[in-house]
Amino acid sequence: MPQGDYIEQHWKRYGRRLDHFERKRKKDAREVHKRSQYAQKALGIKGKIFAKKRYAEKAQMKKTLKMHEESISRRKVDDEVHDGAVPAYLLDREQTTRAKVLSNTIKQKRKEKAGKWEVPLPKVRPVAEDEMFRVIRSGKRKTKQWKRMVTKVTFVGPGFTRKPPKYERFIRPTGLRFTKAHVTHPELKCTFNLEIIGVKKNPNGPMYSSLGVITKGTIIEVNVSELGLVTPAGKVVWGKYAQVTNNPENDGCINAVLLV
Amino acid sequence: MEDEREISGDKNVMCQLTDPEGIPLGAAMYLPQNAGPRELQRIVNQLLNNEEKLPYSFYISDQELVVQLGTYLQKNKVSVEKVVEIVYQPQAVFRIHPVNRCSATISGHTEAVLSVAFSPDGHQLASGSGDTTVRLWDLNTQTPMYTCTGHKNWVLCIAWSPDGKHLVSGSKAGEILCWDPWTGKPSGNPLTGHKKWITGLSWEPVHLQAPSRRFVSSSKDGDARVWDISLKKCVLCLSGHTLAVTCVKWGGDGMIYTGSQDCTIKVWETKQGKLIRELKGHGHWVNSLALSTEYVLRTGAFDHTGKSYSSPEEMKETALARYNKMKGSAPERLVSGSDDFTMFLWEPAVSKQPKTRLTGHQQLVNHVYFSPDGQWIASASFDKSVKLWNGVTGKFVAVFRGHVGPVYQISWSADSRLLLSGSKDSTLKIWDIRTQKLKQDLPGHADEVFAVDWSPDGEKVASGGRDRVLKLWMG
Repeated sequence: MPQGDYIEQHWKRYGRRLDHFERKRKKDAREVHKRSQYAQKALGIKGKIFAKKRYAEKAQMKKTLKMHEESISRRKVDDEVHDGAVPAYLLDREQTTRAKVLSNTIKQKRKEKAGKWEVPLPKVRPVAEDEMFRVIRSGKRKTKQWKRMVTKVTFVGPGFTRKPPKYERFIRPTGLRFTKAHVTHPELKCTFNLEIIGVKKNPNGPMYSSLGVITKGTIIEVNVSELGLVTPAGKVVWGKYAQVTNNPENDGCINAVLLV
Repeated sequence: MEDEREISGDKNVMCQLTDPEGIPLGAAMYLPQNAGPRELQRIVNQLLNNEEKLPYSFYISDQELVVQLGTYLQKNKVSVEKVVEIVYQPQAVFRIHPVNRCSATISGHTEAVLSVAFSPDGHQLASGSGDTTVRLWDLNTQTPMYTCTGHKNWVLCIAWSPDGKHLVSGSKAGEILCWDPWTGKPSGNPLTGHKKWITGLSWEPVHLQAPSRRFVSSSKDGDARVWDISLKKCVLCLSGHTLAVTCVKWGGDGMIYTGSQDCTIKVWETKQGKLIRELKGHGHWVNSLALSTEYVLRTGAFDHTGKSYSSPEEMKETALARYNKMKGSAPERLVSGSDDFTMFLWEPAVSKQPKTRLTGHQQLVNHVYFSPDGQWIASASFDKSVKLWNGVTGKFVAVFRGHVGPVYQISWSADSRLLLSGSKDSTLKIWDIRTQKLKQDLPGHADEVFAVDWSPDGEKVASGGRDRVLKLWMG
């Protein structure tokens, strides 16, 4: 038997003092006052240490209280009828959140024909040509000025090869080429990193659309096959449009919102 | 020499006709090579002394014979010197038209429709939904008839008694309610006992007891309970599973089969609730069970002729006759689909070892179903395919691809010639068993299809899903 346990052994054998619990209760009752006195008296570093310790204690206490409350109220939560009912065979399975099936394919087609979109960003700041392009001087004496370099982010298709320098009027720098965009689904409120399929429309002009320039407000087509969206006929939707919401050339990434 | 013989065409070939279980019919005989399925059908009818001529289909090594014998032998390079074994399989004497259009879209439920079920005679339709109600629908006018409120949470499963006089529903809160299908009123108070949600319901077959009184329910809490409708209380509690019971079936021999997430299937006796057998083999949850006689048990005494019965005794007799005819001499077969992507075929009355393992799916198997004649097993899986297996041997027959989402539920037409599947991709598809191809694509739901059912009289198909509408399809 370890030697230090003689006090406990004594308690076990002879019991506590008769007034032990009374004394204990009183001591506990005094404890708050003592602590408060100390808190008022303690100055400087000691005060700081005490305040910090007390703060941690209180935070812990709140946490425990909350935990107990939760365990009491859990029963109630279970009884509630929730939305999004699933059959018994899916109840134990983890459900990935998923967009509503898009029943607006027809609407989408009609809009596409009209070339008009209700978009989250209806107006964009016009970008002047000299902001969009930088003039490149060429020729032996650097006198020719017919070459342009795009200073904005561009999307270039996967099969693209550059033309010989003599015929290349627009240079799209590789450093500003993007293939992926962060696309937010407005209903699901979640974001996916999706591949860009093409640039549908740049509001600054059809030339920029054909060049694949992506600025704020541009409508891009993204590959949504990972999202598992299905048309009412049961076909997988794989391309959907999204509008760019940031200035990609400043941010170094493309953020877009899906048009549903 | 051999070629000459085949070209001449009028030579004979030694054939042996057998039934699906492999029992020979008569002795082996010489058949002319120009004999086709029609001639064979005549021979079988003669040999079996059938008074009415029944339709049969013929299979040589699991392939259907559709041409003349000689042409088949030549095409598949089968030796004419061996005895050719021809399996004859009786076909349904009636034919069910495939459904091809949506006849009604009925709204009414305010949450997803989780289960739909036709009554055994096919005249009534019920559905359970996430809005805590059970609804009964009028099939003639295609309108809502009764809204049965009383459950506290989502109604997960519903089941008609095989005599069509009761409807029970189980909810996520764990209570079971019994309804009168003619008035839409609950008969008695909720049956409570389960501590968690109900996963399955199954009635006692009508040939064991008529009128129907008892049914069994399985629950997430790991128990299965047998209830009595007239006593309105729990008769037996079958506990033994360590995890949730996912599926329960009341077999035709008076045994209860339960499949559970603890990877086992247990067989119970129904007098005292004793455990008879434990079928082990699966490596993951057991999701679904199906019996070879399930369709007969479900429909009880009702068949395609649409006869109605006045007394329970008469019903019991007819049901017993139907059951025995369906079962034949072989024992009842059980197939179980599991999360380990495989299925097992069992004969629980014979042994506790599986008969075969059915492998091939690449994702979990969510639903298995025997065809009404017991010849085929269909399995729906999350790998977007439906697979067809031989119901006797468990051999793989065909795969039906076409869905672009997980397949949730399947249902057979009463003549076993067509198969219906409902999927997460919001479509229903009808597959032809004979050609093993897609027969009909039925788009129309706006969201996932959770439940499908083909009415036993073959007239209608009902489906419900997350888009909160019930759709009726017709041929």
